[in-house]
Amino acid sequence: MISFENVAYSYGGGKLLADVSLKLAPGSFHFLTGPSGAGKSTFLKLAYAELAPTEGRVTLFDRDVTSLSRDDVARTRRRIGIVHQDCKFLDHMSVAANMALPFTVSDRESDPQDLNDLLGWVGLSHLADALPPQLSGGERQRAALARAVIVDPDVILADEPTGNVDWEMSLRILTLLVELNKMGKTILVATHDLNLIRQAKAQVQARVLRIAKNRIQLAGADL
Amino acid sequence: MRFPTAKPASPATRALEVVPPSGPTAWLTTFTAGAMTFLCVFALALSLASGRLADRWSEALARTATIRLAAPVEQVQIQTDAILAVLGTTPGIASFRALGDDETRALLEPWFGPGLPVDALPIPRLFEVVEAVPGYDSEGLRQRLAAEAPGALLDDHTRWRRPLAEAAERLRLLGVLSIALIGAAMAAMITLAARAALATNAEVIRVLRLVGAKDSYIARAFVRRFTLRTFAGAVVGALAGLAGVAALPAADAAGGFLTGLGFSGSGWLWPLALPPVAAIVAFLATRRAAFQKLKELT
Repeated sequence: MISFENVAYSYGGGKLLADVSLKLAPGSFHFLTGPSGAGKSTFLKLAYAELAPTEGRVTLFDRDVTSLSRDDVARTRRRIGIVHQDCKFLDHMSVAANMALPFTVSDRESDPQDLNDLLGWVGLSHLADALPPQLSGGERQRAALARAVIVDPDVILADEPTGNVDWEMSLRILTLLVELNKMGKTILVATHDLNLIRQAKAQVQARVLRIAKNRIQLAGADL
Repeated sequence: MRFPTAKPASPATRALEVVPPSGPTAWLTTFTAGAMTFLCVFALALSLASGRLADRWSEALARTATIRLAAPVEQVQIQTDAILAVLGTTPGIASFRALGDDETRALLEPWFGPGLPVDALPIPRLFEVVEAVPGYDSEGLRQRLAAEAPGALLDDHTRWRRPLAEAAERLRLLGVLSIALIGAAMAAMITLAARAALATNAEVIRVLRLVGAKDSYIARAFVRRFTLRTFAGAVVGALAGLAGVAALPAADAAGGFLTGLGFSGSGWLWPLALPPVAAIVAFLATRRAAFQKLKELT
C-alpha cells in the first residue's frame, strides 16, 4: 500500500530522516514512536504526499509520489484517511458537514444513514449540529477520525490522535482504531504514548516503528 | 436523527459553502465592479456619440462642394460655360447649378444688408455641386477646372471636415481606450481581492487539500463567488449608468455638439453587455489568481 525505499528527507540543513525502507502491508497496524521533533509528522507527511522525499522513493498504491500530479495527489488522499493532531476542521461548518467534507469535495453525496451511523459510532450524534470550536479535545479527535474514515479509505494515518485527551478518551479512540483495523484497514498511528502502545498490543497485533538517530527501526517486544 | 447536510444541494452550491463567508470585504468587490461599470457606461456613451458625430460631420460636409469663380468681367461668361461643361462631363456628380444673382444676394445679405448692387461689385460667381454615390475625384476635377477655367476654385470643405472628423475620431478612440483601461483596472482589483481572499483562507484550503479536494474544486468555490459578486455589482452599475445617461438633456439640432452624449437606437443595448463582460473578466482573473496561489500549497 505504502512503501518507502531508502527514503531520506532533509530540511535545508541536516537530514531529518535517512535510509528509511519499509512497507505498510494491507491490514497491518503500526505505531510510530520517537521523541518530539524526531520526524514522526514528517514521516506521515511523506506517506500522504504532503512532502516529497529528497532521496529515495515513496510509493503510494503502487505509484511513485514524484510522478503524481496535483489532482492525482487529491485522488490518492481520498484513499487515505488522515487524522491530524490539531484536527483541522472548517470552523464555520457543523460537525456533520465537516465529517461529510471528503464526500463534498469529491462532488459525491454522503448517505445520511451512513453519516448517522458514523456519528453514533464515535459517540457524537448529539453534537452533529455543533460547530467544531464548541467541541472538547476528545470530541474533536473523534470527529476527525470519523471524517478520516467516512469515504472508506484503505489506510488511516493518525498523528498523535490522543495527544490532547485524557487516558479514558485515549482508550476510546484506540478502541475505534482497533475496530477499524479488524475491518481490514491499514493503520499507522504516530504517538509518543508508550502506555497506549502497550494497551494496544493487548488488543491487536501491532508493530512498533521507532525513530532514533534519523532512522526508523522496527522495535522488538522490549516495550 | 438530525442530519444537517441532508438537504439536497448542488455540488456547485456546496462548493460555495466550504469557503467561509468573507463578511464586509465582499462588498468591496461588488462596489468596485459597480463603480467601474458605471464609468464604463459613460465611456461607452462617449465613444458611441463621438462615432456618430464623426459620421454626421463627414456625411453632411462631404455631400456638397462649392466652386467659386473670380475672373475679369469679360471672362466670366466664357469661364462659366467652361465650368458647366466640365461639371457636365465629370462622373460622380449628382447635380450642379450656378447660383443666380438673387441667391448670391441672399447669401451676402446677412453681412452687407439688403439692397446690395450685386452687378456693381466684383463678386465671384458660385456653383453648387452635389456629390453622387460614389463620389467624384476631387483632385481630378480641380486640375480640369484649372485648365478650362483658370479663375475657378473648387472648395469641397475638406479643410473643414478633416480636423472635425479627426477630432471626433480621436474622441472615439479615447473612449475605447478608457473602456479597455477600466476593464484592466477591474481585472487587477479583482485579482488583488481574490488573492487576499485566498491568503486569508489558506488554512481552509489546506484542510480541503487534506481531505482530497482537487485544485479545480477549491478554485471553483472562489471563482463562483467573485464572478457572482462582480456580476451583481456590474448590473447595478450598468443600470445606474444608463439612468444617468438617460437623464442627460435631450440632444437638439443646435446643442447637438455638447448634449449629443448618449445612446441612440440599438446603442442602448450596449451597456447591457457590460455585466456579462465584467463577469467574464472576474471569472478569468479569479481563476488565474486561484490556480497560481494553489500551486504554492501542497
